[in-house]
Amino acid sequence: MTRALRDIQTEAGETTAPRPRRTRRRARGVDPIPWWLTAIVILVGLYFILPTLIVIPMSFSSASTFQFPPKGFSLKLYENFFTNPVWLTSLRNSVLVAVLSATLATVVGTAAALGLHNLTGRLARFARTVLMISIVTPAIVIAVAVYISFLKWQLVGTITGYVLAHAAIAVPFVLVSVTSALGGFDPKLLRASASLGAPPHRTLLRVTMPLISRGIITGAIFAFVTSFDEVVIALFLRSPLFQTLPVQMYNSVTVEIDPTIAASSSLVVTAVTIICLVLQFVGSRGKTR
Amino acid sequence: MPGPARRRTPSPQWLLLVPAFALITVILLVPLGQSLVRSAGSPDWTIQHYQTLFTDGVTLRVLARTAMTAAMVTVIAFLLGYPYAYLMTRVGPRLRGVLLVIVLIPFWTSVMARNFAWIIILQRNGPVHSFLEQFGLDIVLYGTVGGVTIAMSQVLLPFMVLPLFSALSGIDRRLLLAARGLGSHPLRAFWKVYWPLSRGGVVAGLILVFTLSLGFYVTPALLGSPQQSLVAQLLGQRTTQLLDFAGASALGMLVLVVTLVLVAWANRLGGTISAIGVVAATRTKDQP
Repeated sequence: MTRALRDIQTEAGETTAPRPRRTRRRARGVDPIPWWLTAIVILVGLYFILPTLIVIPMSFSSASTFQFPPKGFSLKLYENFFTNPVWLTSLRNSVLVAVLSATLATVVGTAAALGLHNLTGRLARFARTVLMISIVTPAIVIAVAVYISFLKWQLVGTITGYVLAHAAIAVPFVLVSVTSALGGFDPKLLRASASLGAPPHRTLLRVTMPLISRGIITGAIFAFVTSFDEVVIALFLRSPLFQTLPVQMYNSVTVEIDPTIAASSSLVVTAVTIICLVLQFVGSRGKTR
Repeated sequence: MPGPARRRTPSPQWLLLVPAFALITVILLVPLGQSLVRSAGSPDWTIQHYQTLFTDGVTLRVLARTAMTAAMVTVIAFLLGYPYAYLMTRVGPRLRGVLLVIVLIPFWTSVMARNFAWIIILQRNGPVHSFLEQFGLDIVLYGTVGGVTIAMSQVLLPFMVLPLFSALSGIDRRLLLAARGLGSHPLRAFWKVYWPLSRGGVVAGLILVFTLSLGFYVTPALLGSPQQSLVAQLLGQRTTQLLDFAGASALGMLVLVVTLVLVAWANRLGGTISAIGVVAATRTKDQP
């Protein structure tokens, strides 16, 4: 009601509208957004978040099946998760692999982003493409190729195998976020630092690194999440002695029909959401500064 | 960070690329290269493994089914993604931020949590089945290609919305106003002015979603059925159960080549790789 009123007023008094808001208001008045478009977008938005909405109530179910809506309320599934050594070991393995591979990916990815910064031309484009190639290669193709090669190199089922494979697919995420941090970087600062007598490595440590630290942290977190949530390659690299949490979740729906996956899903979704919201917050604070 | 810190003053900048290249080469390029060699050279140079793909009767059927599924996913993603991306260009910065966060939610949602949720939603006596039963329809989507399509569309929608949004936000809306001012009907103005300008982003989004859906493994494995397997399931099965490494490598190479050609095409049209340039980059895009 009030919006319609405002639109009419805006349309009528277009030329007298206050300057700063003029363009936006005029766009609305002449060319309104139809109601059906809003309705479609709300439905699509629900579709986006539907799985998340299902998983959380499921985790408080007291039933031992996958029935939805859940029959009763209980914390049984969480109790299962935190007392069953299979789930806890998988969780520990996942955290370990994710920390190590994120560290490796962040170090080499940041170095590569610094190396590519300001490089132009065919060779630099080629280098960037090679480093980004894993984003567009289907995970299943990587998994099959890596599995067969790792069999020969005896890396299947080893921490080294997981860490190397996950680091390799996480490098593009670090590269992108550090590169975008470097994009907003004023090169005059480097000259200023040099003119004050700082050798290049000190400039790198004292000027460049702090200014792109937000990009590095973002990249590291994305690398961590990528590894923590990776399931296709992990399914091929798993062994009876070493499997990650997503693989255990996979087992729990294919082999065991174990509803503890609901608790595990909720924990992972909540943790990742919190991480991303923190990133969002850090990012927007950085923008306004 | 020890890597960059070790940089020596006189060394050229590109030396910093060496560690990343070493990692990618050893872990990705060498296995993929070995895969290529295995597919065409075991025991002697031969195209037999590729020939088998097209003559064994099974692979072609699976490839056709995969292409059909991917096409359905692409159409659904387009029909849902275009209005969404369009509205994103029309609202104020605050609401646009909210819509962007919603787009990114499928990215955040853990792969296994999401697939588990779809099992619950689509299973017999699940919400969708019960809902359809009220209309006398006894349709179970779990274990069918239809269920796989619905779940895959949800995951791939961001890959449609993000390139579309970046294309649509570059369109000058004053052109629409001009068309309207010259007496055009709004729908006609959209069709004659806006749609042609958005076509680059549309094609990029279509190719990207189609390409990505070719390689899906977990969703068809959990939500589909072995009788209606898609190419990724076949690939996994040949590797781990049949131990047909040469055959699996040939199939893998085929999928890889098709994917890379399509992605290169999409990328030329709309700079898509940088558009998905993954979540990190999109965060900075909410205020163009």
